[in-house]
Amino acid sequence: MIKLLAEAFDPFEEVKRFQEQSAGSACAVGATSIFIGTMRDFNEGDPVVSMFLEYYPGMTEKQLKDIVAEAIGLWAVLNVLVVHRVGDISPGDPIVVVAVEASHRGDAFDACRFIMEALKSKAPFWKKEQLKSQKSRWVGNNSKGYAPE
Amino acid sequence: MSIKVRYFASLKESLGSEGVELFVTEPLTVEQIWSQATGQVGLPDNILVAVNMVYVDQTVEITDGDEIAFFPPVTGG
Repeated sequence: MIKLLAEAFDPFEEVKRFQEQSAGSACAVGATSIFIGTMRDFNEGDPVVSMFLEYYPGMTEKQLKDIVAEAIGLWAVLNVLVVHRVGDISPGDPIVVVAVEASHRGDAFDACRFIMEALKSKAPFWKKEQLKSQKSRWVGNNSKGYAPE
Repeated sequence: MSIKVRYFASLKESLGSEGVELFVTEPLTVEQIWSQATGQVGLPDNILVAVNMVYVDQTVEITDGDEIAFFPPVTGG
């Protein structure tokens, strides 16, 4: 299940609904891995008061769908939820939730991490920060998620 | 041939445009489309390109009815 939301949301309610909707496979689920990303009130040393998240309608959904399909091909995953905010966001607001249900924790952990990292590098979203100093700026690059080898 | 060109995020702002409809007489490469649409020679290194919502490299030829999007590195999540 993939959702883009223009309004603030409760990630735990989204996960609850996801679990209710995937209840058909509940007995096979032995592990659920959940990642929640929230907006910080600072970035690169500057206080940030709000943010705008732009996206590419159609392509963003397609990319997320392709990323989830890739994860399902790589790990024994039962159900996947991806929820991502767009539009105006405030510090503390959830931006993204990825939840992966699998029979075993290895698949749940690894697929959840894979989806998050792929989303960060491939899904067309762009953040524009409004700084406390009244200036605004586009975030240039996402930081690397995995530690350098 | 009609080709829809779109820009997003900081690129949209710096070009001062959401995009343009191009009418061309023969298939063009990504770089040729960029030059015709923006008047700039050479696609900047960090710009990503998607044709019909699929990432492509600069060698792909764009044909009638295609939608080509140019945008900066993505920063979601």
